[in-house]
Amino acid sequence: MKKRLVVIGAGMASGRVLEHLTETAPESFDITLLNAEPRGNYNRIMLSPVLSGEKTYEEIVTHDDDWYATRGITCRFGERVARIDREMKVVEGENSHVPYDKLLIATGSEPFIIPLPGHDLDGVIAYRDLEDTQQMMGMGPDNKVVVIGGGLLGLEAAAGMAAHGVDVTVVHIMGHLMERQLDEAAGYLLKKSLEDKGIKIQLQANSKEILGQDGKVRALLLDDGTELPCDLLVMAVGIRPSTALAQEAGLATGRGIHVDDQMLTSDPDVYAVGECVEHDGAVFGLVAPLYDQAKVAAQAMLGGEAAFVQKTLSTKLKVTGCDLFSAGDFADGPGREDIVFRDPARGVYKRLVIEEDRLIGAVMYGDTADGSWFFGLIKDGTNIDEMRETLIFGPAYQGGDTADPLSAVAALPPEAEICGCNGVCKGDIVEAINAGANDLGAVRTSTKASASCGTCTGLVEQLLQVTLGDEFEMPAAQPICGCSDLTHEDVRRLIKGQELKSQAAVWQELGWKTPNGCHVCRPAINYYLLADWPLEYQDDPQSRFVNERKHANIQKDGTFSVVPRMWGGITNPAELRAIADAADKYDVPTVKVTGGQRIDLLGVKGEDLPAIWSDLNKAGLVSGHAYSKGLRTVKTCVGTDHCRFGTQDSTGLGVKLEKILWGSWTPHKLKLAVSGCPRNCAEATCKDIGVVCVDSGYQISIGGAAGMDVKETELLCQVPTENEAIEVVMAVTQAYREGGKYLDRLYKWLGKVGMDWVKAHVVDDLDNRAALVARFELSQSIYRKDPWAEHVRDKAQTYAPIADFTLEAAE
Amino acid sequence: MSWIDIGSVDEVPLRGARLVKTHVGCLAVFRTAEAEIFVASNSCPHKGGPLSEGIVHGQSVTCPLHNWVFDLNTGQAQGADEGRITTYPVRVEEGRILLDADAVTRRSAA
Repeated sequence: MKKRLVVIGAGMASGRVLEHLTETAPESFDITLLNAEPRGNYNRIMLSPVLSGEKTYEEIVTHDDDWYATRGITCRFGERVARIDREMKVVEGENSHVPYDKLLIATGSEPFIIPLPGHDLDGVIAYRDLEDTQQMMGMGPDNKVVVIGGGLLGLEAAAGMAAHGVDVTVVHIMGHLMERQLDEAAGYLLKKSLEDKGIKIQLQANSKEILGQDGKVRALLLDDGTELPCDLLVMAVGIRPSTALAQEAGLATGRGIHVDDQMLTSDPDVYAVGECVEHDGAVFGLVAPLYDQAKVAAQAMLGGEAAFVQKTLSTKLKVTGCDLFSAGDFADGPGREDIVFRDPARGVYKRLVIEEDRLIGAVMYGDTADGSWFFGLIKDGTNIDEMRETLIFGPAYQGGDTADPLSAVAALPPEAEICGCNGVCKGDIVEAINAGANDLGAVRTSTKASASCGTCTGLVEQLLQVTLGDEFEMPAAQPICGCSDLTHEDVRRLIKGQELKSQAAVWQELGWKTPNGCHVCRPAINYYLLADWPLEYQDDPQSRFVNERKHANIQKDGTFSVVPRMWGGITNPAELRAIADAADKYDVPTVKVTGGQRIDLLGVKGEDLPAIWSDLNKAGLVSGHAYSKGLRTVKTCVGTDHCRFGTQDSTGLGVKLEKILWGSWTPHKLKLAVSGCPRNCAEATCKDIGVVCVDSGYQISIGGAAGMDVKETELLCQVPTENEAIEVVMAVTQAYREGGKYLDRLYKWLGKVGMDWVKAHVVDDLDNRAALVARFELSQSIYRKDPWAEHVRDKAQTYAPIADFTLEAAE
Repeated sequence: MSWIDIGSVDEVPLRGARLVKTHVGCLAVFRTAEAEIFVASNSCPHKGGPLSEGIVHGQSVTCPLHNWVFDLNTGQAQGADEGRITTYPVRVEEGRILLDADAVTRRSAA
């Protein structure tokens, strides 16, 4: 007599089990298939092409009624299973009970719904089955949809709806899309191409509440107060194994239903496959391992020997025009190395992760043709030591000579494109060189090659070298650091010209050679981005030197110094008492008066910083930015208030300037002073910007220094009113912010642009002066604030150790 | 080997670090990528600089005092500088950081 097999769940995994069983041993089992969805097995991973309209539902059905009928499988679709009685070996369906000899559980997974207020409103759906897909297909160009979740599923849903003209916004909590499969650079490229498709993407966005009207979804509210109106809200934040039935039946479960290598559960007559299982600590969401499980389960049921082995997986996103591939492992582990290749002109990014001469992970974007070859190397554990140098170029380059960049350029055909921006090919450039263009500038002028984004500069120089031989001397421009061949000036120009607004954008578009820069370039890039895009770019503390990250100066013993601001050097008894109290309370070993007319508390322990700031804040004291590449102090003399020689209110002007400029970031530190008369007690003529008051107005001079170099300022202009003096100071500060190389003091910038340039742009051109002031004000609308108060409020816990084992009693 | 849960991956800023205090000195927990964590001695062998305050890039950290760069896989100083920091086994499971219990009790081998 045939044994009775009952299968719960008609999904892709159990479907494959049935295929194996009915092919190899059609007579062994009498099969009953129960499914809660009112249909049989369809190819669930092809729902995205159905959504985008590239396929129909009929095309993705893998088993139709006929298929089940010819194999004698009893189908009970649309019937939920109430419970499993393992003692009686009966599955209790909603309609009737089905006895079994062997049971296969394939209940799959449930979409995870974030329990936000309003998650039960009408129009809030997951992306899991055909019903969800149909709801999304009902949206059109007049509709707005919000998708929560920037993973594989969420993005496929968004792209599918965008293809129908729906206004789609993706809200993702992490800093880049698909963070499990992609690194930041690939995530950036993906975001860019999805945005080109009209999809709006909000990263680092925390959902707070789903707003409704008459029981139907109306908008998503983010915790920063943004409201995103929508007619449909799709939650695609992840899945979890459906284990309820198995758990109630007393089977061993963890995150999923526990199975052994034969897909057997803790009951010798009950098997489980698919997304509902947990094998050796892992759960499964991609189709390849499910098919492996199905094969093993079918063989095990027939008494054969097979074992399920977890394998490395690869991912591809099913969105037309977004070509990405990721495989293997990027997680932690000692001894790993990266090989990175970027081709900004084509939007290509490739990264390989190597461990012990073996490829263990690959991420590719834009050109994934070699994906399967890399995947093969990962799966086979091939030793790649021999081909390491050319590995990233794929199989086509293997076995040839080692690449010499010059011979590679020499070997290019004349029609090979060198400059993608201006469409200039090698032949044009060689012709121009032979016609007398014998340096980079001349080639740029005559052909426009490398005159736009500049990333082909290296290639053009190599062409000059190949064509001219020894006559051409490679210029020794100082690159920003080892991560790039570009100079600071090039990087600044390209950030503005190409509108690069994130670090990932800079790394990718400018062909960075490392995954995420180094301690030299990161602070510079962070500064350039926040100076050029104050509203769009968010300052990255992790790209700042410790002093600017912790808003205090690190000392040689790892303690910090704390310097509260004293506007224009003016203080009062209450502030002094608060400083004295803080010095007592936090055992500050040294209290010193600084050269910038304020008081330095030296030797504060890192973990005490938020507490001491909080105390100082209560007395009205804020950060003095004594640690920053930004405005430090405005030193003043007492001016007309008390001094018998004073010509103007120098103290008042100093306080005003400090209140306008504080919190601003500049390429290097920025020190100001205002003296009330030419006796210059505030030493204004050795500051970055100095103001000397005279009877007829204010003399503003710039470019002084009293550090490694001692420089006297040069006169910029004299203006009659205080207001005009303030405007000129703001404008010159902004011009320095916009043009200066990171870590160049103002006098170095002045040496490069020349005083005539500054006078023309800041003094003579009043429209330009006003525009500079407006841009400075815009930036200050973000940065003119006390970082101490902010850190006390939001970040205090990061100043404490993540774990402290010294608090536990010693064993 | 026994593992101690010291906190969530999210508590360490991406490309940043946090400190762990133990009876045998301070350790630094580095987060180099979304789910990539390294643990090493917090103290630079050069002048004792606190490495958890350094800039984290690739799988390396730069000491905030004098810019020594250490590879977090091996603990080896890079470039012209010679020295090594002790590294410790660590695992990430379901977003939690698990540290080798020996690391918080044994005397530093370095």
